[in-house]
Amino acid sequence: MTFDLSHFSAAVVFAACASTVFGITQRNTPREMVRYGAYCFALFVGGVIVASWAMWAIKH
Amino acid sequence: MANAQNPTTTGNPAAAGAMAIVAPLAGWLVPGLGHFIQRRWIRGLLLMLSVCIMFFFGLAMQGKVYGFNTGDLLDILGFVGDIGSGLLYFIARSMEWGGGNIQRAVADYGTKFIVVAGLLNIIAAVDAHQIAIGKKP
Repeated sequence: MTFDLSHFSAAVVFAACASTVFGITQRNTPREMVRYGAYCFALFVGGVIVASWAMWAIKH
Repeated sequence: MANAQNPTTTGNPAAAGAMAIVAPLAGWLVPGLGHFIQRRWIRGLLLMLSVCIMFFFGLAMQGKVYGFNTGDLLDILGFVGDIGSGLLYFIARSMEWGGGNIQRAVADYGTKFIVVAGLLNIIAAVDAHQIAIGKKP
């Protein structure tokens, strides 16, 4: 089975999985884990969006 | 902070010492198993899902699974990252999955997914060790 993901959807899958592992392994309580995981996810996806607009601005 | 499920708090140092070795090894071989054997069911399940999803998405995107090599430095590092997935890596190699496809851009993303899945699994295995020695609840 093969499939094509767009760059953005691949980045979202990557962010979700990495954030889950970071949240669980880098914090001690469930509440902190959820908060840190959400924080990492927001930074990953936010970073992708900011970098995308930056590249668009450079091109134009 | 210690947890009642942790062997270091049950008054059995031998069991705690064994768990400190067994948990990270089990966690490396099967993602999440290091947490399962310490009864961290939800954490283990989430770690297993995260690592397996990344690994199999990488394969489905026709990413490359690196074999043992002594060539290019990046290929060596790719092998080190890949082998972090434990049994998933050996299964993929034995089934000859992960041949790569240089004609598709998304296959390069897949290669990175597979490497990162291994690296995340190593972090999870270290976390299992931290739980076993009582440094983490």
